[in-house]
Amino acid sequence: MISDTPLRAVHERLGATMTEFAGWLMPLRYRSETAEHNAVRTGAALFDLSHMGEIAVTGPGAGAALDYAVTGWPSALAVGRARYTMLCAPDGGILDDLIVYRQADERFLVVANASNTDVVLAELAKRCSGAALVADESAVTGLVSIQGPNGCGILSSVTGIPVAEMKYYAGAYGTVAGREAWVARTGYTGEDGFEIFCAPADCEPLWDALAAAAPGGVPPAGLAARDTLRLEAGMPLYGNELGPDVTPYEAGLGRVVRLDKPGDFVGRDALAARAEAGPRRKLVGLLSGSRRVPRHGYAVLSGTGAAGVVTSGAPSPTLGRPIAMAYVEPYATGPFGIDVRGTTEPAEVTALPFYDRRK
Amino acid sequence: MSVPAELLYTQEHEWIAIAGGTATIGITDYATQALGDVVYVSLPEVGAAVTAGEPCGEVESTKSVSDLYSPVDGEVTEVNEELNDDPGLINAEPYGLGWMFRVQVAGGQAAGTGLLSPAEYDALTRSAG
Repeated sequence: MISDTPLRAVHERLGATMTEFAGWLMPLRYRSETAEHNAVRTGAALFDLSHMGEIAVTGPGAGAALDYAVTGWPSALAVGRARYTMLCAPDGGILDDLIVYRQADERFLVVANASNTDVVLAELAKRCSGAALVADESAVTGLVSIQGPNGCGILSSVTGIPVAEMKYYAGAYGTVAGREAWVARTGYTGEDGFEIFCAPADCEPLWDALAAAAPGGVPPAGLAARDTLRLEAGMPLYGNELGPDVTPYEAGLGRVVRLDKPGDFVGRDALAARAEAGPRRKLVGLLSGSRRVPRHGYAVLSGTGAAGVVTSGAPSPTLGRPIAMAYVEPYATGPFGIDVRGTTEPAEVTALPFYDRRK
Repeated sequence: MSVPAELLYTQEHEWIAIAGGTATIGITDYATQALGDVVYVSLPEVGAAVTAGEPCGEVESTKSVSDLYSPVDGEVTEVNEELNDDPGLINAEPYGLGWMFRVQVAGGQAAGTGLLSPAEYDALTRSAG
């Protein structure tokens, strides 16, 4: 069964090319995905992210329960703050990457990838059993995001929440265009931006108000632009860079594993051992020396043979050349090539992210 | 979805204009919308022999790469060099400035053999959704 977001009619009105993604019918692009990408880098654009999973963990023991369930330290979060974290299996493999918002002293909102919502819900219910209430709020939560350097000013014009003063990875309750919402300064684009969680029925009026809140309108952007934006920002995608056979250390995200927090948590022993032993492979950024685009699954070669595999690749609108992330042997230094359908194309290693808005 | 009446088409979503033994080839409006923004196109070399139904190049878009097929047998006489600097022409004008290559059609191949009429191609794209 394929689910519709509350904004399906809006996407159809805008002439979107729709695609099935993680069981949802989602806008892939509206017109040019490159133009949508550039709108986020230079101005602002709107995304429908209602496919994301929202799971509430509540009760007096919610913080401690989450400390056991995920690799981070949610109980140490102040109310109104958020953190990127991971749900790992006992062997340290990643079951999903998450954002946890502390919305109130005894309420945390866990946002999961659409494809993993069922797994995250089941694991949280099991791991928090008896200690906190775990409720799937995905069906009663819509999510609209405005991303880009102009997003803050545009959002300010339709909300009383002082979003300009809001810190990155913070959030607050309030109204947007007269609709109740949880507004957070988070995103998946490498730009400043906000995510607005609201009731499904409020998505369309909220979207329309934001779209009309700038001269000439705020354009929509689809999943194709979202993917190239997050890749330029060096952000991992579950199923590409992250999966049950990868620990956070391989992904270069060891910082999300809080071995310094008190008490046990699922995966602690395996992750502590992995931290000690060093990663079995490393995630690198590659700049292609060719115009042919490295794609997911293509082999990375070094002088002596196979060195790894491309996890994500795309033509980068900002850099004007193809970029890729790849897992390579921990001691591989290159020079690297990428096997692009039988022909080896040169690629150079570069520090991640490919694009940093602060530089 | 534009399907000009004066052109012929293939199952691989290419269009062909045949005039005086020369075929001009590009990809259709439907193809460009399915692919999204074309970022690079690899075309056959001038002078290369091409065979109907065989790959002779590649079309790269943001999300995917597709083979480019020759719809006819013959020899490549010209390629659209503009696409090297501006592959976006393929999205902007798939039937105009976005043309890809020209082939001197080999003798003996009747014009239109194995190709789809506009009506047949239109039906194909509709059945593909």
